Amino acid sequence: MIPELGHFALILALLVAVVQGVFPLWGTLSRNAAWQSLARPSALMQAALVALAFACLSSSFLSNDFSVVYVAQHSNTLLPKPYQLAAVWGGHEGSLLLWVLMLALWSAAVAVFSASLPLAMVARVLGVLGLVSIGFLSFILTTSNPFERLLPPAQEGRDLNPLLQDPGLVIHPPMLYMGYVGLSVTFAFAIAALLSGRLDAAWARWSRPWTVIAWTFLTFGIGLGSWWAYYELGWGGWWFWDPVENASLMPWLVATALIHSLMVTEKRGSFKAWTVLLAIGAFSLSLLGTFLVRSGVLTSVHAFASDPSRGVFILLFLAVVVGSSLTLFAWRAPQVTLGGSMGLLSRETFLLMNSVLLVVATGAVLLGTIYPLVIDALNLGKLSVGPPYFNLVFAPLMVPLLFIMIPGTVARWREAKLSELVVELRWVGCLALLVGSIAPLAFGTWSVGTALGWTLGAWVGLGTLWQVVQRLRKPGRIPASFWGMHLAHLGMAVLVVGVTGVKSFEVERDVRMGLGDEVTIAPYTFRLVDMKNVQGPNYRAVRAEVHVLRNGQPLEVLSPEKRNYFSTAMPMTEAAIDSGFMRDLYVSLGDRLEGERPEWSMRVYYKPFVPWLWGGVLLMVFGGVAAALDRRYRKTQVADELAEASAAARAG
Amino acid sequence: MNWLKLQRRRERVDVSDMKKFLIPLALFLGLVAFLAVGLKRDPREIPSPLINKPAPAFSLPTLEGGEPFSPQSLQGKVWMLNVWATWCVACREEHPVLVAFARQNAVPIVGLSYKEIQPQDEANGKLAPEAKLQMARDRSKVWLARHGNPYALSVMDLDGRVGIDYGVYGVPETYVIDRQGVIRYKRVGVVTPALLSEKILPLIRELERS
Amino acid sequence: MSSHLRRVSLGLLGLVLLAHIGLVPAREAALRAEDPVVEARLVAIADELRCLVCQNESLASSHAELAEDLRREVRGLIREGKSDAEVKRFLVDRYGDFVLYRPEVKPLTWALWFGPFALLVLALVVLGRYLRQRRTQVPRVTTLSEADRARAEQLLKD
Repeated sequence: MIPELGHFALILALLVAVVQGVFPLWGTLSRNAAWQSLARPSALMQAALVALAFACLSSSFLSNDFSVVYVAQHSNTLLPKPYQLAAVWGGHEGSLLLWVLMLALWSAAVAVFSASLPLAMVARVLGVLGLVSIGFLSFILTTSNPFERLLPPAQEGRDLNPLLQDPGLVIHPPMLYMGYVGLSVTFAFAIAALLSGRLDAAWARWSRPWTVIAWTFLTFGIGLGSWWAYYELGWGGWWFWDPVENASLMPWLVATALIHSLMVTEKRGSFKAWTVLLAIGAFSLSLLGTFLVRSGVLTSVHAFASDPSRGVFILLFLAVVVGSSLTLFAWRAPQVTLGGSMGLLSRETFLLMNSVLLVVATGAVLLGTIYPLVIDALNLGKLSVGPPYFNLVFAPLMVPLLFIMIPGTVARWREAKLSELVVELRWVGCLALLVGSIAPLAFGTWSVGTALGWTLGAWVGLGTLWQVVQRLRKPGRIPASFWGMHLAHLGMAVLVVGVTGVKSFEVERDVRMGLGDEVTIAPYTFRLVDMKNVQGPNYRAVRAEVHVLRNGQPLEVLSPEKRNYFSTAMPMTEAAIDSGFMRDLYVSLGDRLEGERPEWSMRVYYKPFVPWLWGGVLLMVFGGVAAALDRRYRKTQVADELAEASAAARAG
Repeated sequence: MNWLKLQRRRERVDVSDMKKFLIPLALFLGLVAFLAVGLKRDPREIPSPLINKPAPAFSLPTLEGGEPFSPQSLQGKVWMLNVWATWCVACREEHPVLVAFARQNAVPIVGLSYKEIQPQDEANGKLAPEAKLQMARDRSKVWLARHGNPYALSVMDLDGRVGIDYGVYGVPETYVIDRQGVIRYKRVGVVTPALLSEKILPLIRELERS
Repeated sequence: MSSHLRRVSLGLLGLVLLAHIGLVPAREAALRAEDPVVEARLVAIADELRCLVCQNESLASSHAELAEDLRREVRGLIREGKSDAEVKRFLVDRYGDFVLYRPEVKPLTWALWFGPFALLVLALVVLGRYLRQRRTQVPRVTTLSEADRARAEQLLKD
């Protein structure tokens, strides 16, 4: 009964999406205000219906309804309740439903928070979002229906993939999808602007908070995914340049470029066409990512089970959405005005360099990800492109980008003088160079790469802190967007220091340990003290007790496990991690080894600066939140300022 | 007057400029074309670099016992090499096809028993090489007796070394080798009747003519 | 539990207790690798090789059986004194370019290896031309003309 209700809700949602997509847009063409005003209510209605469908699917999971195919494939009566709920998005169909839910919620948010926008604009934006919803909802209803019945119902479900039975799954996909889908709002604003022919600073101001919020979610989602891979997969890696990871990185890079480009468009009215193109690009990359992950075109650890018919549908959808957007762009962009003048050295050009470098980096990642496919399609053979390529190509592009982050924030708009910049930044530069060159010696062997990485990290970090101090000295209220920008930049600096640190100084020991054996990675000692069998809710495990000592003093007890879930034959490693501010100690239990005395294969890692990776990401997320909360995006601000001005006038 | 001139200059658009706005669309359509073709490909299928190269030499004990076998001894004949194992589920699917094909006596089929002894067989301690070989022989003989034996003879590749030389990465795999001992065709996966009639048999006939 | 097993467990328990008290000198755990130098080279090479039967994992980290076999082969080749390039050639001869995570630089992959750099150069050239073109299209107004000044004053009065 409930699955049918959910299915019906989805069908209704599709019909409402048709109304939302078609009528308001037609209304703007025929200047019919009544049809334009259909936008908000239909968006809200669609959100309610999709939420209902989602609730029905969740209820099927929580009640162990194995007469639903999707539930039987991804759940199990022994699965703990929180994971039963998270299993809703553990497979292709359910994750698509999550996507559509996010899309509907974002559309509803636009409907609610757009009171200050002209009706025609709201109609266009929600209309475009409606059209996108039509695509996804029809995709779900035709090829990926999560409510399909299994008759007779299964006695027991197949269980959620053990890799996914983890808190990370509960939160990583929703955050990521909030980001992907959030970029559709900026996309819709861009299309609306192209359709109306009005591409002005106001458009940029409206788009910016939505973009920043989407970017923040995307940053958080990618960071979570990285963190999850780090502790879940057992060998302490956190980025593999896997196609699906790249599919999330590419929209992030373009969204970052977009935020910076929007700044220029808002302030100086320049780069309008470029900003619109970036907005289209960011969402297109989101859609491309969806295609890559679900079509079976590329092999990846993360890929969903693929089905050629699904691939064809998504590709057609991608072609229609992006193709028509780019056609509209080619038609309307030439008429766009150029905006204010700018000198060869100015904040605008720094921001333009930011765009160039980020877009080239995106191009490089896209090239590497797609190249095997291109070569295969041309019948020229099969090759692989992996981490060695990406690391070699991506890092050099980041060097100039990190460098210009500081002069870019110091430089004046329109015209900046090189001599001024040098004078302002010389102390920061010298200090950064000093820190970067000397610090590596404190941790181990010195190398150019380490010094370069830490110099850049110090440059951005110190440069940011210096600017904050300078600003605090001046009077006046500091807007939230100031904090947002500098927090995000500081986060980037921390991330760079972390990446450089862990890559330069991590130590791994692959050993065989019997009871009483120990491994030393100065100043830490790891001693295997006990090994026992334990039972979990849906698994059985072997658990090791490893005592960690620091300079001989007991520090911590780590308990890595090797689990055997009842549902699959695949054994799972649960690594044990001790996190500090400056380092992680990571122990991973392997197989029982043969020999006279009982020994186990163990991997022990000393990973310095890893917590800085997560710290950097969190700082960026806080920065995004701060930037989005800036008062100028809130309607009440205008009223406040008027009240302040009149009070001042009366007093003065 | 000044303002008007400025306005008009800003809005002037060159025709050549307009074309550059079509570049993103052109690039995108190119991408879609590649993706469309890619949908029809299997990204996990690895073409063999050994096609048109001499079949790697080896000398392995046979299932039946006696002299070890080397591909050299089949020089001058067109023959098939089929990689199989008793633990391989897919092999059971293709086996009847091979048995039926063997009855046609078109070409000799040599079986390569690949890693018959698996880690779980040695869970209680490593087996001595002779014991390992004997266990593999016994198991394979029983299996072939039950499912039919299409092989002129079967060689035992216990540690998978020869498999690596032949670029084996999954079982079953099948090779067609010509009179000069050059590999002419490789099939990764199950041999189906359709594949036999459409690809393999015509190839064999062509090779026999030369 | 059989009596043998019981004896072994009691023995182990005793050992564990003693280890806790510290009376049994703790042993330094042996490295899994028999030869750390060879192993270090193996990891360095295998990190850039692909596990053929996995969903995108390196040969160094995969637990698959074929991966174990291939690592064994590579170890053997390293002990024979083969260079990194020779080891890679050995695998490419048998499995094709697919096994390399770092594609060889050859005409087939020129677009891949030089593409990003070419793109960067192209972008910088386009950027330069755009900025220069802009300067002619949008003149730099550094001082207000008389007419502009009068107009500005008028606006401010309103």
